Amino acid sequence: MKVGLFIPCYVDQFYPNAAISTLKLLEKLGVDVFYPPKQTCCGQPMANSGYEHLTQGCNELFTENFSGFDYIVAPSGSCVLHLKEYLKSDKNPAEAASIRTKIFELVEFLTDVLKVENLTASFPHKVGYHSSCHGQRGLKLSQMTELVAPGYSKPYQLLSMVKGLEMVELNRKDECCGFGGTFCVVEEAVSYKMGKDRVDDHLKNEAEYITGADMSCLMHMEGILRRQNSNVKVLHISEILNAEKV
Amino acid sequence: MKEIKDQDHAQLSDVFNRDEDRVNWHDETLWFIRQKRDKAAHSIPDWEKLRETASQIKNNVLSNLHDYLIQFEENAKANGVIVHWAADGKEHNDIVYSILQKHGINQMVKSKSMLTEECHLNEFLEEKGIGVIDSDLGERIVQLAKEPPSHIVLPCIHKKKEEIGEIFHEHLGTEKGLSDPKILTEAARHHLRETFLTRRATLTGVNFAVAETGEYVICTNEGNADMGAHLADVQISSMGIEKLVPQRKHLSVFLRLLGRSATGQPITTYSSHFKIPRKGQEVHIILVDNGRSTQLGRKDFRNSLKCIRCAACMNTCPVYRRSGGHSYHSTVAGPIGSILAPNLNMKDHADLPFASTLCGSCSNVCPVKIDIHDQLYKWRQVIVKEGYSNAGKTAGMKVMASVLSSPNTYHLAGKMGRLTLKYIPFAVSNSFNPWYKNREMPEPPKESFGEWVKKNRK
Repeated sequence: MKVGLFIPCYVDQFYPNAAISTLKLLEKLGVDVFYPPKQTCCGQPMANSGYEHLTQGCNELFTENFSGFDYIVAPSGSCVLHLKEYLKSDKNPAEAASIRTKIFELVEFLTDVLKVENLTASFPHKVGYHSSCHGQRGLKLSQMTELVAPGYSKPYQLLSMVKGLEMVELNRKDECCGFGGTFCVVEEAVSYKMGKDRVDDHLKNEAEYITGADMSCLMHMEGILRRQNSNVKVLHISEILNAEKV
Repeated sequence: MKEIKDQDHAQLSDVFNRDEDRVNWHDETLWFIRQKRDKAAHSIPDWEKLRETASQIKNNVLSNLHDYLIQFEENAKANGVIVHWAADGKEHNDIVYSILQKHGINQMVKSKSMLTEECHLNEFLEEKGIGVIDSDLGERIVQLAKEPPSHIVLPCIHKKKEEIGEIFHEHLGTEKGLSDPKILTEAARHHLRETFLTRRATLTGVNFAVAETGEYVICTNEGNADMGAHLADVQISSMGIEKLVPQRKHLSVFLRLLGRSATGQPITTYSSHFKIPRKGQEVHIILVDNGRSTQLGRKDFRNSLKCIRCAACMNTCPVYRRSGGHSYHSTVAGPIGSILAPNLNMKDHADLPFASTLCGSCSNVCPVKIDIHDQLYKWRQVIVKEGYSNAGKTAGMKVMASVLSSPNTYHLAGKMGRLTLKYIPFAVSNSFNPWYKNREMPEPPKESFGEWVKKNRK
């Protein structure tokens, strides 16, 4: 199984540890991972701002970089959802269409493709899980509180395999953190308030770490935690799933 | 009521957020209603099937709207109702005025109608010297406060009970300092009772109109629509042309969904059916387009017309709860308002599709399954293409697109210091950057993943 690793631009630049742990975790699980060096971005920052017509360059580049893999895996629900919905190519339309069906967010790749049943990780801490909207409502990583349907959670399924880890329950299980791409600067007041309320929920329920499948939401919450001089840290889920004794 | 247009959603929300306690109160109040909705929805195992059914019925209505409208008109006329057609708000208002003039009526009582808010009927009639009293309690409160409703189901949800006590003290002469909802409601009831008894004309909205029978249904909790209709000689009911359902049996689907989605009630206290005018009474129905057929012609946005105005999308919206209805400067606020408003006036409402994180909760609670968050995304594309975004943003986006399309430029930009990768909008740490106002920047790592991988993997 040949897997192409897509590391979104801001993870590459700001959160290399999330990318390294994603790579190491996949390797540990016996996956043949290849990182195309010329990759940049999924195009979502432009598209969500109303400039989808400017994403053709990103789309062509992405299609070129990720042709010919059995699967493409990325540690970001939001970028994966965007590519699944909007990736297209004039030069190679068939390849783009095929990528759309072969791209997976890390958690769903582990539960649905690799069907991981146990992990060697250990993380003896209280952890709050932030359900990012695009991962949850878009990729359906877990059941949504709005729907009348049976509950499930792919991230919880994986986190429950981690030794010593204790999940904290949140008062609002799947409310948005307010990041929203350029929303975080265009609508600063509401964005910040949403982030603050999300963080408070984790703090009130005594989380030591906040984790999730989307680094962008975690970056938002980390920005608030650090401004508050909080000791609570954010970690991408791969960092916990790959954690050895801490 | 006049809409506020000089500031956009972000600016108005910024003002709203200066009083954090109030934001918390507003958020909690509406979250409570969302939770009531969840409880009510979960009491019906077939909830999702019910939503799907409602969605399909409305799809059918929209695809055959012309036929259903003609059928409805025929049947309503046969029932003895006078049917009018209004292309826009102005025509609607003129029709209402001409009916009142014909009867020499200069005072009217009104039950809840968002459509008349959309047409700005109250101001229009007041200019003509006709007094209008809103009889829905929440509407009456905002009318006394001279404000537009901030929510389509709970028009005065932005007001605390102490503030309502103040308004009543000023306008209805209640004792100063009252805040007991029961006493305040009683005061309003006495005041409105007098209104109902003396008004000869009443105007109501319409929740559902049945093509097959020519009847229509109004859902209220206060019974104020009935009170108006039963006492007035002239009853006018204004409805958007999308309010139709094909057959009476379809009401069973919508009435089960509406109350539960709106407030978590199994059904509204009153679901009043109006069909044949009583002896001596004159009943008018005004079928209003006001942009709806334009929206019907927009492929990506037509199904926004499925909306039954339950406001579940507002109650669940994390942005609405923290910005208040007035920040949307539009008759219908929240997610649904943000996909309806640009159709009527794209320039004035160009900011609204951006007042969302696209979290998708709205689409999940919508009882008729409107793909609200997808339409918000699509409106953004339309607004940019039509030239309603600012030039600076467009220039920035072009630079960002070109950097991200070129691996070399991207890597160079990254190397030049992670913090100067300024085309990612949250990446400049200075006081001009809105990110930095309340949030720290990510700490720049020693090397990017790309650099790490080069050293550590073959």
